[in-house]
Amino acid sequence: MPRRNWITNTRAIEPRGRFMHLPSDSQAPVRCEPTLAARVFIFALLLCLGSVHGWAQQNDQQQMRDLDEQVQKIKSDVLSIAAELSQLEEKLLYPSGTQVAIFVALAKGDQMRLDAARLQIDGQLVAHHIYSFKELEALRKGGVQRIYVGNVASGDHKLEVLVDGKLEGGADFTRTERFTFRKEAKPKLVGLTLAAPGSSNTPITLGEW
Amino acid sequence: MRARYRLIGFSLALILVARPATGGDLRDFFFGEALYHAFQGRFFDALQRLDTELVQHHRLDQPELDTLHYHINNAEFSVGDFELNYRMHHRAGRAIKAVLEGAVDEAVRNEAAFRLARIHFQKDQLDDAQNALGRIHGVVPAEIRDGVEFLRANIDMATGRPGDAVKVLQQVHSDESLTGFVAYNLGIALLQDSRSREAIEQLDKAGRLPASNEAGLAIRDKSNLVLGSMLFESGEFERAKQSLERVRLEGPFSNQALLRAGFAAATAKQYDRALVPWNILVEREPTAAAVQEAMLAVPHAYASLNLHGRSAIRYGRALDQYSKQIERVDASVGSIREGSFLKALIREESRQDETWVIRLRSLPDAPETYYLMELMASHDFQTALHNYLDLEDLQSRLKAWNTSFDAFDDIIRLRSQNYEPLLPEVDAQFRELDSRIRLELEQRKHLSERLKTMLTSPRPDYLATAQERIAGERIALIEKQLGDSDNPELVALRQRAARLRGALTWRLETEYHERLTAAYVHLNELNEPVDALTKQYDAFVRTRQAATHSYVGYDAQIAGLRERVGKALQRVEVLMARQGQMIETVAINQLEARRERLVAQQTEARFGVADSYDRASRTESGPEEH
Repeated sequence: MPRRNWITNTRAIEPRGRFMHLPSDSQAPVRCEPTLAARVFIFALLLCLGSVHGWAQQNDQQQMRDLDEQVQKIKSDVLSIAAELSQLEEKLLYPSGTQVAIFVALAKGDQMRLDAARLQIDGQLVAHHIYSFKELEALRKGGVQRIYVGNVASGDHKLEVLVDGKLEGGADFTRTERFTFRKEAKPKLVGLTLAAPGSSNTPITLGEW
Repeated sequence: MRARYRLIGFSLALILVARPATGGDLRDFFFGEALYHAFQGRFFDALQRLDTELVQHHRLDQPELDTLHYHINNAEFSVGDFELNYRMHHRAGRAIKAVLEGAVDEAVRNEAAFRLARIHFQKDQLDDAQNALGRIHGVVPAEIRDGVEFLRANIDMATGRPGDAVKVLQQVHSDESLTGFVAYNLGIALLQDSRSREAIEQLDKAGRLPASNEAGLAIRDKSNLVLGSMLFESGEFERAKQSLERVRLEGPFSNQALLRAGFAAATAKQYDRALVPWNILVEREPTAAAVQEAMLAVPHAYASLNLHGRSAIRYGRALDQYSKQIERVDASVGSIREGSFLKALIREESRQDETWVIRLRSLPDAPETYYLMELMASHDFQTALHNYLDLEDLQSRLKAWNTSFDAFDDIIRLRSQNYEPLLPEVDAQFRELDSRIRLELEQRKHLSERLKTMLTSPRPDYLATAQERIAGERIALIEKQLGDSDNPELVALRQRAARLRGALTWRLETEYHERLTAAYVHLNELNEPVDALTKQYDAFVRTRQAATHSYVGYDAQIAGLRERVGKALQRVEVLMARQGQMIETVAINQLEARRERLVAQQTEARFGVADSYDRASRTESGPEEH
């Protein structure tokens, strides 16, 4: 009757709900009953195979780590390209003289479910965004979404914001607000803070950050 | 009992819940935007945004006037966090070191030291991890206090100082999130410190702790499994069985617990009792290693109970199952070699749901991932897999950017075609207007200066109206024509001219202050149109410059970027191929190891079938029940 020495892979573990190295039977040393010579042979063979496999794993691990170093390097390089490209895009597509960017945030602690937001500048639809669960969660945690970046001429402009969502109680709501903002020579950054109607916060607030 | 206890040095990937970089009271929306991406797990975008912001912030002459100033510590930390989450440990380490060496308060420095220690620990740099923890002094934020001690104990265990780890862990009184892990690790530390009795007691406690979440339940199962194995090794079979029976039937350690519970009973020669867990086990997923072990253990138990006929049948079933499983493994190896594994891994679902990779088996032609679960759960494989997915993401970005360059070229060409014919005429008109505007502005400036001078040196003649000026000139002409003759008639006329001049002078002198005030008012009334003119002028200049800037001066930058993107794309493709090959190789190695074990089990089953039939035929004590 084979009996395994199981306690060969006890190790400290750490929380995150992941157990990275579950006990592996194929690598564990074994003890055998002396009466079953054939099994002794088989398990001895397995033990050897386990060791070879272990060596191969070590070799693989080293190669994986070498590759990991190279992947980190290329990530760094691509991030640097992305930064330069982003500056180029901004200069070429949204020069500061005409640039307007609109940001959306949720009022702190507001638990409404934001479904969609639609923006019109001077009567033209410029953005219509439908929120995914992840995006909504990111907004709830305090993230700020750049919903629109584009170009407008200097001077006053009308901004119409339409928001669809669900209240905490499950009722649908739609709210539209109209604002005016003034574009000057520098890039115009407009912030919209959204809150559920009926909460202590104003449903749609415009802030020029 | 002769158990060998060892601690494998490398640790699991641990991302303790770091202080969340919340956006409450956010004053810098670009930082908020970086958080928005990070909260969705889009760390590349988050890093790109925050890196740019931080570089711009540090370049400012007065960074304290920048809105990022309010979040600068949080932003510096967040960069490290994002890099860590994006598996850029080198950069994360540098970012956190920068915080550690900056002028920050004690709590922030301690948190940075903790994070740095965690990174070193993950990378197996145990001395560096120890040194980083050594930099923690004074006030430690409450939210990381237990985490610091827990990490300290893990480092002690990993560096072969279990006694120290025991002392540390005995002092940790954490909340529920860490209790099970602390209790289990304390048991393991005691075990490593050769204090087996205490280890058994500690693991027994860990195996009875209340748990409300999956992680807590799993660690409790793990404690019971290890405890059961220890008790079994020390010959306490009944106690071992009790401990193993505490492991949940539906949990990650259930198969192992059932297998070992059977072994505990079998070793005590209670084969009938051993059959209970084993018979449950053999009905489970046949790809699990424990199930495959049980397939051999069950007929062995029947044979031990002298039920050789039944034993032969079960050996026969095992033989069939091993043959099927060997075929499945071979098919899986073939599928991996054909590239199906990598294709399946990069499907969008794997990004949406991390457990999806385990369910790859449901795809046509995908390998049997149940055989790869153990491998796929390993830290190195997860790193390799995420790196592969990251490389694939980089590849798509780089390809998209390459397309953007063509679009940029088009934009520049079209703008050039539009502006080039227009600008010479516009420039000519502008030059003419510009000279006129400059002249007018110069005159206004001259008037303004003259009025200022007249405040201290009054010049009433400067404020004469046009009529008065003409009248003055006519009087002067008349006076000149009258000459200085003594002719009484001319003398009378000269007196009349002098009276007229006197009247004019009187008016100019007496009305001087009113006229001066009126002149100021009129001059100021000009300010508004002049300001409007200046704004229009500036706007024109800006627009004119923008027109040129919209298509001139990009060629070198775009060419440079195009080259960098091209080279990066080549490197990414090479790395992807190597990373993919590595993933395939380790997966195939894993499958081949399992295949070897299956072949060995198949041989055992064959031997068992023959042996059982042989014994059954030799049994003279009547027919067996089937």
